[in-house]
Amino acid sequence: MDTTLLLLADGRFPAGGHAHSSGLEAAVAAGRVAGLAEVEAFLRGRLTTAGPVAAAFAAAACQGISPAVLDVELDARTPSPAARLASRRQGRALLRAGRATWPSARYDDVPHHPDGCHQPIALGLTAAAAGLTAEQTALVAAYGVLTGPASAAVRLLGLDPYQVQAMLARLATACDEISSDAVAAAAGGPPSDLPSASAPLADIHAETHATWEVRLFAS
Amino acid sequence: MRPDSPHEHDDVPHGHPHPSADPHAPLPADARALRIGIGGPVGSGKTALVAALCRALGGELRLAVVTNDIYTTEDADFLKRNGVLPPERIRAVETGCCPHTAIRDDISANLDAIEELEAALGPLDLLLVESGGDNLTATFSKGLIDFQIFVVDVAGGDKVPRKGGPGVTTADLLVVNKTDLAPLVGADLSVMERDARARRGELPTVFLSIAADRQATPVADWVRGLVAAAVR
Repeated sequence: MDTTLLLLADGRFPAGGHAHSSGLEAAVAAGRVAGLAEVEAFLRGRLTTAGPVAAAFAAAACQGISPAVLDVELDARTPSPAARLASRRQGRALLRAGRATWPSARYDDVPHHPDGCHQPIALGLTAAAAGLTAEQTALVAAYGVLTGPASAAVRLLGLDPYQVQAMLARLATACDEISSDAVAAAAGGPPSDLPSASAPLADIHAETHATWEVRLFAS
Repeated sequence: MRPDSPHEHDDVPHGHPHPSADPHAPLPADARALRIGIGGPVGSGKTALVAALCRALGGELRLAVVTNDIYTTEDADFLKRNGVLPPERIRAVETGCCPHTAIRDDISANLDAIEELEAALGPLDLLLVESGGDNLTATFSKGLIDFQIFVVDVAGGDKVPRKGGPGVTTADLLVVNKTDLAPLVGADLSVMERDARARRGELPTVFLSIAADRQATPVADWVRGLVAAAVR
């Protein structure tokens, strides 16, 4: 399944991620992120807050936990309406690509919501359709939390792409740990006990960003 | 899939239905709107062309527009300010600094915008998808649109058709805009026409000045022909 794993994790998989900076654009505009060092701190922050939540929910969805229940739980962990919308839009895009790539009855359980299905749940269902394990699913989720804004940082700040890749390599071990911890968290207990790490500033950034008239990224 | 295009295209790579495609493959139950992509370099007049087509066709076709300007609402606001289309018929898509990606490699945001427009407005005859300003290599995915128009302008230099690139070479219609500026910038329209023909074979090219022809008449007529063929 290694190739399948790489296909789903690949930034070129057409799941709409390129249009999202996951709050980085707002952080840059606020002057909180200006260079490589701040980007690394930003990514560590994302990895330790959004990372466990996304990875655990993706793993749980992959393992067959009710997507409708997970949907409610993720809403509860996403206080910012703008962040909810961004997650649902990315989930909808991922499902569009997933359904076309790995047709499966697993998608039948997708919760109906006008804005789409939360991205980690969509990822879990797509990964299950592709035949991936919960471990692989969590890894794709954590990896996406890391590489999405890293790619946006290269475009927004004109950073040296080699230095950004070296930074991602430095974060690889942390990403591995986050994903394996998330698998353990998803394995036992009710969905209400899934990770709920958050970052108030990320929610504030998301809300501020949504009010801009002019922006390059959708989130 | 769309019916045959109204032109020959033997020597040009194209995405129209292949002759070997199954002619008995079922069509969608509800024939969807004809989708036309409009691409071209920054400042060539893409939004002006969209506005002109809205003026020309807005009264006769059920029409909606998706814009991909890098500054999300810029183009949509231009269309609204000019009163050429009601705001509910326009959606703007953010492209994360990747105008190419949004119309070619990862078309999901544009497809979402189209589906949202169709859900909100009901059946449509024509959807115009305007790309963000880009360079000569921009082309639309056939998963997003049925036909594409590439807009260049004489002020960008009369060498543009000769340079070619996928937009100039393969677009279903090449529009050379701002012909009124040709004498001011020393552009030779006959050179552009000759080069365009050399690059494009039988694919059509039109020269116009949207500043003078506010309805972009030759382009609007080309679109009318496609829409008529699509509903036949």
